[in-house]
Amino acid sequence: MTLSSQPADDAEPLAKPIVSLKSVTKRFPGIVANDSISIDFFPGEVHVLLGENGAGKSTLVSMLSGLQQPSEGSIAVDGTEMPIASPQKALSLGIGTVFQHSMLVPSLTLIDNVNLGGSWWKTPDREAIAKRMEETALSIGVEVNPAAITSSLSLGEQQQAEIVRALMRGSRFLILDEATAMLTPKDAEKLGQLMRRLVAQGLAVIFITHKLNEAVAYGDRISVLRLGRKVGALGPDELKSLGPEAATKEIIRLMFGSNGNQAAETTRAAGSARPLVTATDPLLEILALEVDDDSVPVTGIELKIGAGEIVGIAGIDGNGQKQLSEALAGQRPVKNGRIYLDGQPIEDLPIGARRHRGLRYVTDDRLGEGTVGAFPVSINLLLKQIGEAPFWRSGIEQGGAIAENARKQVKDYDIRTPDIETPAGKLSGGNIQKLLLARELTGSARAVIFAKPTYGLDLNNIAASRRRIREAADGGKAVIVLSTELDELIELSDRIAVMSQGRIVGIVENDGDARQKIGEFMSGVAA
Amino acid sequence: MSVEVQDPSADGQAAAKNNGLASRRLLTDRLQLIGLSIGPLVAAILVASLILIAMGVNPVDYYTYIVNRGLLSPSGIEATLTRMGPLLLIAAGLIVAFRAGIWNLGGDAQFLLGASVVAALAPVLTGYMPVWLVLIVTLVIGAIIGALWSLVPALLRARQGVNEIITTMMMSFLGISFSNVLVKIFFLDPATNVPQTRTLPVEDRLPRLFDTTISSGVLIGLVAILIVHYVMAKTAFGLKLKIVGANAKAAVHAGLSVSALTIGVFAISAGFSGLSGAVAVLGQYGNVRADWNPAYTLTIVPLVFLARFNGFATIAYVFLFSVLSIGSESAARRLGVPNYFTLVTMAILLILLGITEMLDQKRRESRRT
Amino acid sequence: MTLLTAAFLTALLAGAITAGIPLLLAGLGEQLSEKTGVLNIGIEGMMLAGAYLGFLVAWKTDSVFLGFVGGAGGGMLVAAIMALLCVRFGLNQIVIGIALTLGAEGATAMLHYFQFAQTYPRLGAISSLPIPLLADIPVLGPALFNRPPIVYIALLLVAVFAYVYRKTYWGIALQAAGDKPAALDSSGVSVLGIRSVAVLLTGALVGLGGGFMAIVGAGIFVPFMTNGNGFIGIVLAMLARGRPLWVLGGAALFGACLSLTTALQVAGVDIPTDVIQMLPFAAVMGVLVMLGRKANLPSALGAAYVRGAR
Repeated sequence: MTLSSQPADDAEPLAKPIVSLKSVTKRFPGIVANDSISIDFFPGEVHVLLGENGAGKSTLVSMLSGLQQPSEGSIAVDGTEMPIASPQKALSLGIGTVFQHSMLVPSLTLIDNVNLGGSWWKTPDREAIAKRMEETALSIGVEVNPAAITSSLSLGEQQQAEIVRALMRGSRFLILDEATAMLTPKDAEKLGQLMRRLVAQGLAVIFITHKLNEAVAYGDRISVLRLGRKVGALGPDELKSLGPEAATKEIIRLMFGSNGNQAAETTRAAGSARPLVTATDPLLEILALEVDDDSVPVTGIELKIGAGEIVGIAGIDGNGQKQLSEALAGQRPVKNGRIYLDGQPIEDLPIGARRHRGLRYVTDDRLGEGTVGAFPVSINLLLKQIGEAPFWRSGIEQGGAIAENARKQVKDYDIRTPDIETPAGKLSGGNIQKLLLARELTGSARAVIFAKPTYGLDLNNIAASRRRIREAADGGKAVIVLSTELDELIELSDRIAVMSQGRIVGIVENDGDARQKIGEFMSGVAA
Repeated sequence: MSVEVQDPSADGQAAAKNNGLASRRLLTDRLQLIGLSIGPLVAAILVASLILIAMGVNPVDYYTYIVNRGLLSPSGIEATLTRMGPLLLIAAGLIVAFRAGIWNLGGDAQFLLGASVVAALAPVLTGYMPVWLVLIVTLVIGAIIGALWSLVPALLRARQGVNEIITTMMMSFLGISFSNVLVKIFFLDPATNVPQTRTLPVEDRLPRLFDTTISSGVLIGLVAILIVHYVMAKTAFGLKLKIVGANAKAAVHAGLSVSALTIGVFAISAGFSGLSGAVAVLGQYGNVRADWNPAYTLTIVPLVFLARFNGFATIAYVFLFSVLSIGSESAARRLGVPNYFTLVTMAILLILLGITEMLDQKRRESRRT
Repeated sequence: MTLLTAAFLTALLAGAITAGIPLLLAGLGEQLSEKTGVLNIGIEGMMLAGAYLGFLVAWKTDSVFLGFVGGAGGGMLVAAIMALLCVRFGLNQIVIGIALTLGAEGATAMLHYFQFAQTYPRLGAISSLPIPLLADIPVLGPALFNRPPIVYIALLLVAVFAYVYRKTYWGIALQAAGDKPAALDSSGVSVLGIRSVAVLLTGALVGLGGGFMAIVGAGIFVPFMTNGNGFIGIVLAMLARGRPLWVLGGAALFGACLSLTTALQVAGVDIPTDVIQMLPFAAVMGVLVMLGRKANLPSALGAAYVRGAR
């Protein structure tokens, strides 16, 4: 155990950092995931890295844990610059990582998971390891059953085991990547307390999250990332002097940008210029909907959306949004409940029949399921109409009609492509989204579900996508927008529902203090 | 994150320029595709030549001899074309399966069972109906038998997600033995001492083309490949299969019934293998001997990959392969290069194909960066 | 039943072992590859290479021991290509597996042809090593305990692998490489290293099995003599789901079926061998139909490992 070798030095508040990032930049084809980020991590502190999806948190983690190398800049450990060339190197430097997705081998016991790196010819002394594991667990106040097969444990238990494993390997710098994302609130709270105990023993803990309340509750120091850049930080003194409420406000300002309120102001004006149509019968009605899922089962969804209305669904990623939208679109069986479109039940209809009734789904997994990357734009525009006239007659392709349709949509939706025969996978993210919008919004659309419609897009395309959504509502369609971007929902929606743990925990009218109310629902304050 | 801001007035020019660029890019893409297809072939011939040199055989002599015997001599070209029939049918079945992302490696049993059932039925049926009808009926039966033999793997894959490589391979072993049982016990020709089915008289077989010994089976094969090519390229059904193969998640998203399509693909693919067995019997062999198994499937796999599932390219490669195998059978006797050399060539071809694919992928990745 | 004489039973059992040992070695080998996530379709080729080289070395040196070394070496030679192409470069394991099988079929047949033309020289009989006392048990003794040492070694390997899988760090790493390679990688163990070693060892085991077929089983080398034994090994490994003892059981079942056919023919019962050859495959398909998805395989089976691939 190396815990005692790094005593928490309370007298000297700014002890030397264990690990420092020095203008670290990481590029991937087409994107800059981290843009010259500098952060110091100190022992005895929970350092929260806060940011929305795509802010660059995970990339940062993979560089610290030796899975990836910075494109520019460097990382210093104990004041000396050194490349973390491999996961092995990271471990030997005392950097332990608990990844968002479990890094335990499901078919092995916890004991054997501790042993992944042992000398190959030796026989592990399983009893001794189990004992050491129990002791380590005890020292940080958790309980583990070393002999349990990993796959039989809950995610929370697996995570605790991973933390214990990291400590057994001599970690003094512990990275918890989105550690609470998959946990129940109770388990998340336990983890928070565990983090406090760990730093009390002198470890440095990096806690990556996008939940504000957790950041404020457990963090000693908070760095906020946005679009790959570090946009602000709050030190221990600031956090203390501000108090939880003011700190939360300040962080929201940093996370969503200082012009967030302003933008909401102007667009709400635009929104209210549209006639509100809550009086008419709902076009899309969801009653007591339940959807089965291993990780996030969805229950008790009740929503009524009128023609011309936009209902936003806010929430942190992974709280059942995907399950809900797939169930609505027909890609996932509905366990219980009803979905009415134009007064007709559709929950038992297959995907194609729902589409015929006018239900459309703009998926956020644009490359994974929305398009077939190797196929031309023209075919991708008709992916959901294969075999239908006039594009196919007696099952035979009508090249002229297909090309005509493609040319029209490329023009109408401003899809920038060299040619209608260009493989869809070669287009930029923004243009693929335009392709999906063109496919889903044309024809007899009645109700449209948009999943994270601007995720990963640049500013121009964000604006274009939002305009399309507004136009769809103006054209009398019922619209659901699922998004993790609060600004977006405030800009677009008439009402906003907040989703958490597979349920809708609250619905607010989009008026002056919607942002705050949603924030409360999201952070669990109001729940 | 880059922001795409474009001067709207520049759009027109850009579009015009884009058009020129696009057609040029399309051309280079085509050329690359051809290169990816022919490159490994040329490389494989070079490697094979080196091996020939190591064996003390002049590669130029060897390949000249093969071309002479397999292509230029009348009996050679006739044998080559006759052999192409069953091979093309197997290739057609593999194209359908691979396009849909399904590994039907059970072709040998589907072929053999089709062949032995047809070999047993045809001589009997000729007593009851005209020859043309017998031929049609038995061809259909061959296809149905093949398709039936894929039913269990198809259901396991579609309903339970069980890996079809294992199941088709097992059904292949099972079917090869089963076919032997059928031939040795039930379909045995009592008139001969050799365990084999009754032999279909030459006049009751598939008609020969013109005044040659070329079986019209080659026409069936050609038609099958062309139909598959057309269906894959031009019809809604083919497009659906390709979507299932290229991106199964997108297929679900688009509302396609993946499990029904999967079963359909198995039936078509195995049906072609069964039909191939029928054509081999009705056009070429006239009977099935016990323990006969030409094991065509695994050798056709690389050809179909080389052709990148394109029908015309497949015809070309199957033709080349037939020339090679017919020619090498003669070469074995004359030049002392055993027949087995073809197998080595095919292996080299497959490996080079894999390497080309990898290099191409690396190149594309680096271009994107 | 007049069939059930001691001599008949001895011959049956002895035959089952002779037919079963190559299957056992192939199954153990494939199991090792599959444990680490490599679907090794090429073992038929490795087996044939082992049979050829094993025979050649034994024939040239007149040493059975060196023959087995040659057999293992032949298998490893083919396995090295597989490790390079599939593990290191991540090429499609099925395509390369087929290629290696085709290539080994052609190459061994050709080499044999050049060396021996159309003759099939025969190796001398192998001396056996009777185990004291046990060899005197009627029926069981001569069939099981009066055999060449390689038989005992092969059977011992079952215990060795059972021990390795359950008791050593290496066993843990093997399982992790197939089940969650990223976890192994993040623990600082090279996934590609573990897999390469496993594939090479697979080649050695399978090659030894091929060598056994040629040296002990047949005493000669005939082109294509493995005749699908490698593929049966794949099936055994898939059904055994990581347990060496199950491979042994499966090999015994298949071996007994193969031996029964010959034994019955010798005894004058005329059933085509094919009927009995069908049985194990039919049984396996039956199991698959009943178990369906539950026939669990390593989750990363067949997938090349690329660090941080998204």
